[in-house]
Amino acid sequence: MIRVQGLHKRFGAQEVLRGLDLDIATGEIMVVIGRSGGGKSVLLKHMIGLLRPDAGAILVDGTDITRLRGRALDRVRERYGVVFQGGALFDSMSVWDNVAFPLREKSRRTDAEIRERVEEKLEQVGLGGMGDKDPAEISGGMRKRVAIARALVTEPEIVFFDEPTTGLDPILVNTIHHLIVDLHRKFRFTAVMVSHEIPEIFEIADRVAMLHDGTIVEVGPPEAVRGSAKAVVQQFIRGDVETVPAEHGGRRETR
Amino acid sequence: MWPAPLRPIAALGHLSLEIVQSLGRFGRFFLQAAGYTVIPPFKLGRLIDRVHFIGFRSLTIVVLTGAFTGMVLGLQIFLTLSRFGSEAYLGPAVALSLIRELGPVLCAVFVTGLAGSALTAEIGIMKITEQIDALQVMALNPIRYLVVPAIVAGIITFPLMVSIFDVVGILGGYLVGVELLGLSPGTYFGEMKTFVDWSDLMTGYWKALSFGIIVPWVCTYKGFNCGHGAEGVARATTQAVVLSSVLILVWDYFLGSVLP
Repeated sequence: MIRVQGLHKRFGAQEVLRGLDLDIATGEIMVVIGRSGGGKSVLLKHMIGLLRPDAGAILVDGTDITRLRGRALDRVRERYGVVFQGGALFDSMSVWDNVAFPLREKSRRTDAEIRERVEEKLEQVGLGGMGDKDPAEISGGMRKRVAIARALVTEPEIVFFDEPTTGLDPILVNTIHHLIVDLHRKFRFTAVMVSHEIPEIFEIADRVAMLHDGTIVEVGPPEAVRGSAKAVVQQFIRGDVETVPAEHGGRRETR
Repeated sequence: MWPAPLRPIAALGHLSLEIVQSLGRFGRFFLQAAGYTVIPPFKLGRLIDRVHFIGFRSLTIVVLTGAFTGMVLGLQIFLTLSRFGSEAYLGPAVALSLIRELGPVLCAVFVTGLAGSALTAEIGIMKITEQIDALQVMALNPIRYLVVPAIVAGIITFPLMVSIFDVVGILGGYLVGVELLGLSPGTYFGEMKTFVDWSDLMTGYWKALSFGIIVPWVCTYKGFNCGHGAEGVARATTQAVVLSSVLILVWDYFLGSVLP
C-alpha cells in the first residue's frame, strides 16, 4: 500500500503541492487526473523518489521513502517499474537491449533466462520479433509499448505510468489502455497512472483521484468521480471553457 | 527588498554565493565519481565502450593534428635556429616542445572538441529525455554508470593519445627538417637523445593524466546540469568545451611551474 501524507512541494515562488493526501491500495489501478501543469508528474516523481518534498511523507508498505537514501531507497525502487512520459528508452541500445537492461544490471539471471523473459515481454506487448530495431526506428505507440515491456520485465509489485498515452491517436490510446489492463489482470501489480485522457481512463481505473490546486479534491471509483458534485471536477471532466482575465487574452479552453 | 544604495552590494553577494555554490556542486560531483571509481560494482562493459568513445574515435584527429603540429614546429624552429647556425638542435627543440607542452595541451583541447562535446551532448540529451531518471528508478546510480567509466577511460586513453600525438609530431618535424630542409637524420634523432630525459616524458604524462580526468569530469558535469530542451543541451556543450579548454591551460601552467 502507498500512503501519501501531507505532501508539500514548492519550486521558487510556486507552491505545486499543498498538503496532498492520497492512499493507493495494493493491486488497484489508481489514476490521478488533473490539468496539465497541475503537479501530477511532480506527485509521481515524489512517489518514485526522484524529488524530495518540503514536508510530508510517502509510506510504501509502512516505510517513509522520503527519508531513505542510497541503497535503502534503491531496495524500494527494485519493487518499482516506471513508464515515463516519453518512454525514456536508451537510444544507444536496441529495443531488445532496452528491455533486457534492468535484468542484466540488477539480476543474477543467466543469458538464456534473460533471453526467454525479454522475448516473453516483447510478445506480451505485441512487439515480438521487433527486438533488433532501434528506438529511433519505431513509432511513438511502439516506443510506449517497449517502455511498458521494460518496466514490467522485472515483474515489479508497483508500476507507475506517467501519462503513458500522451501524443498518441485515439485508437492507440485505447490500445495502450487495454494493454495495461490486460497486463494488470495477468500480473496483479499496483498501478499508479497519471493521465488527462478523459473519458478513456474511467474505463480502466479502479479508482480515480482528481488533483487540483496542489491537493486531491476528489477520489473514488470512476462512477463516483464522474458524478461528483464539485464544480472543479465537473469542469475538468466536461472540458468546459474557462474564463480568464481580459489582460491574458479573454477566454481559453481548459483542454 | 534592499534599499537602492545597497542593491549593487546585495547583487555582488548573491553572485559570490552562486559562484561558491556552483564550485561546491562541481567539486562534490567529482568526489562522488572518485568514490565510485574505487567502490564495486565496476561497469567494465561501459568502460570499454567509453575507451572506444573517447580514445578510438579521436585517433584520426590526434594523428592528423599531431602530424601538422610537428611539421609547423619543424619549419618554424628550423628557420629560427638557422639564424643562429644552430639547426642541429631542431630534433630536441621539436621533441621537448611536443613532449612537455604542446602534445598534452593540444591533444587535450582537440579531444575536448571532439569527444568531450559529444559526451556532454549525449548525457544532456539523456537528461532531458528522462533517461537519467530511468536509470535512477532502476536503482542504478547514474554517476557510477555514466561518469565513472568516462573518467577512467580518460585516465587510460589520454596518455596513450598524447604518446601517439608526440610520436607523430616528432615524425612530422623529421619530415620537414630532414626530408625537406636537409638536416641529417642522425643529427635530428641523436641530439634528441642527448637533451630529452625521463623527467620531460613524465611531465608530459602527468599533464596527460590530469587532462584525462579534467575533460570527462567537466564534460559529464555540464551534461548532467544542462538546461531544458535543445537550447539547454547546446549551451551546456559550448560551456563544457570552453571550461575544459580554460582549465586545461590553467592546469598546464600550474603543473608546468611545479613539475621539474
